[in-house]
Amino acid sequence: MSPRDVVITGIGLVSCLGEGAELHWKAFKTPSLPPPTDSERFAPYTIHPLPEIDWSQQIPKKGDQRQMETWQRLGVYTAGLALDDAGLKADEALCATMDMIVAAGGGERDEEVDENILEASLARNDNGVLLNEKLTNDLRPTLFLAQLSNLMAGNISIVHKITGSSRTFMGEEGAGVSALQTAVARLASGQSTHILVGGAFQTEHPDMLLGYELAGYLHHGAWQPLWTRSGDGGGIITGSGGAFLVLETREHAEARGGRIYAVVDKVVSGLSPRSEATFARDIAAMVATLGAEPGELLISGASGAHRATGTEREALGGFSLRGFSGLTGHLKEAQLPFAVALAAMAISSGEAPAVLADIEMPYSAAPERVLTTAVGHHRGEGAALVRKA
Amino acid sequence: MASFKDHLGRPVVAVTGMGVVTSLGAGKTENWAALTSGKSGIHAVTRFPVDHLKTTIAGTVDFLPGSGEGMSALTYELAATAGQEAVAQAEIGSDFSGPLFLASPPIELSWADRLAMYRSSSKGAGYQRLFEAARSGHGKAIFEETQFGTVADRLAVLFGTRGLPITTSTACASGATAIQLGVEAIRRGESQRALAIGADGSASAESMIRFSLLSALSMQNDRPERASKPFSRDRDGFVLAEGGAALVLESLESAVARGAEVLGIMRGCGEKADDFHRTRSKPDGSPAIAAVKLALADAGMSEDEIDYVNAHGTSTPENDKMEHLSLSTVFGPRIKSVPVSSNKSMIGHTLSAAGAVEAVFSLMTMREGVIPPTINYDQPDPAIDLDVVPNVKREADVKSVLSNSFGFGGQNACLVMAREPV
Repeated sequence: MSPRDVVITGIGLVSCLGEGAELHWKAFKTPSLPPPTDSERFAPYTIHPLPEIDWSQQIPKKGDQRQMETWQRLGVYTAGLALDDAGLKADEALCATMDMIVAAGGGERDEEVDENILEASLARNDNGVLLNEKLTNDLRPTLFLAQLSNLMAGNISIVHKITGSSRTFMGEEGAGVSALQTAVARLASGQSTHILVGGAFQTEHPDMLLGYELAGYLHHGAWQPLWTRSGDGGGIITGSGGAFLVLETREHAEARGGRIYAVVDKVVSGLSPRSEATFARDIAAMVATLGAEPGELLISGASGAHRATGTEREALGGFSLRGFSGLTGHLKEAQLPFAVALAAMAISSGEAPAVLADIEMPYSAAPERVLTTAVGHHRGEGAALVRKA
Repeated sequence: MASFKDHLGRPVVAVTGMGVVTSLGAGKTENWAALTSGKSGIHAVTRFPVDHLKTTIAGTVDFLPGSGEGMSALTYELAATAGQEAVAQAEIGSDFSGPLFLASPPIELSWADRLAMYRSSSKGAGYQRLFEAARSGHGKAIFEETQFGTVADRLAVLFGTRGLPITTSTACASGATAIQLGVEAIRRGESQRALAIGADGSASAESMIRFSLLSALSMQNDRPERASKPFSRDRDGFVLAEGGAALVLESLESAVARGAEVLGIMRGCGEKADDFHRTRSKPDGSPAIAAVKLALADAGMSEDEIDYVNAHGTSTPENDKMEHLSLSTVFGPRIKSVPVSSNKSMIGHTLSAAGAVEAVFSLMTMREGVIPPTINYDQPDPAIDLDVVPNVKREADVKSVLSNSFGFGGQNACLVMAREPV
């Protein structure tokens, strides 16, 4: 135990299962299958949609809500849940010095404007001019801001008054890995005392799905369990959701009387070249650097993508795996923060999440250490060890 | 002998390699010659049609093979070109052995590819047709351009950097943030060196239209080279531009041990988020003021020790007014005698790259003993009483620089650099 231990004191979660740490923990302890999905709206793709959310619970001003589209709202909302959970929401002084690292993709494009241009382009041979004509007349100024990656953080500053440093990392799952790794490193080295870290993904927009399907990554058809998806498509079922954590040094948390869920012991990351020969070995080696022992509980952010998920299963088959995305869908940038949140709840409640598939080994002890992973569906890998405080 | 530890006992961070590409050219030599002769890189846009656009000028980089190949390809090439110059100067070779921090713009599927995909299928309409095209395999070649991690991944392989590279976006402060991330990693002792790159090749009709909708761009199209006029009374917006810059950051101890030439010192970094508005700064300037003060404190220096300010100086009415307010608050009456110039008067606003590009120019300013001017300064804004080094370069003994970067989303990041270690 050290005053520089990095502790988790606030958890904010949103997924198709609902919102909040407690609700999610119940849903993972006693899962009901299949989880909420929608196979109609974006057929042949199945998605896990957002639950009903009363945005004003975390974004009281309608004016603020109007300045964002769903992706940014979701991030701001989830961040607010984490701050509330940490008991920091009303603490102006601590919010004003809190650092922030957000793992972000991009926001929603104007679907209607895009579709009008695409259709009009078939009848024209001056597409450059067409673009200028349509975009100049039809784009809304607010939408550009709603698309900007760093404006999720910008809106968190505005709505929740988080005004220490503000950094946005990009790069799919890897952005979430680096955000967590950097936050933990800054805390452990004394470069910060308290940090808000996390991300959100809003899949209910065709452009967000297209980002996967250009390379054939999406599963086609109805929901199937994560580890054994088969049939048409690439295996990924996406979801809308987010995960934010409040991390502090133990010293800082204890001084203000904050409740501690668990310690983030270590975060590692990698960029495997993913050759046939080395991919499984690289994943195993990365998890081994956390000091992992076979049989330990491992909450995996596996995406469902056939190759990456199959390789992760092969590399980490000796652990008691829990693939959380089977219930929530793939949350892209938020994968590792979400897994770490679940690990923290498993430790603080003294129980493992229920098995979701036959390949997931039962785990009956009260976990004192939980491993987490986020192996990117296309590139980038990360893992973290969460332990009892 | 210089100390390897700073005033807080942390490793001193040196710069041992620099590279830069802007609309003025590729490489430090070409850029510096143009910059110190007051030459502008701003020109009429030729990359795409400008019909219907309010702004028809930019500082695009049109001379690289990747110019016109889309945002992802050009951003990569700008980063790679600057990175190769920096790594060569640092004499590191092909195995960088440290982390990569990249500042680059948010990525999107380009219109050229969107339209080509649409034409490749005839089933359905709108996004449905794009999905049809994707399912027929027409998206595989362009998938990488839509992934935010692609550019950094390719750079990591090119330079042999270690681990998972970090791609950051803090809007127009991104370049400074990338440097700050590298400085912090070295101070934590995680690595002896880090490669910080800022690159932005995102000029397109859509990006120009988006900024125009926010009334951010200059519309002085008639004389492109005269449009960017920071601190002038008749300034009316920034000029969108492209560029790339790279810095090899290295612990002073490591640089000295391997006999590398020390090009300058990254003394301090400061940042402070603004919660006032998505595109406007808090009227009292307090976040920008705090960022400057935090950078000075991090550097262990007082404002009296700053010889020159490399301004954010975008040429928008709002930024230049706010930057003057924050500088005059921090520096007091002395600000009138501290030279403050804006590279953007010549290269335009290189957005995600700006903080890195201007850090390289700040370091060159100290090394060369020449301050690049703020050009197009014919009608001073009477409300902004600064020595902007008007129109003509100035020889000066500059031992330390403050470089400012401010961005949409309440981003404020400042760097303090010194010519020599203490």
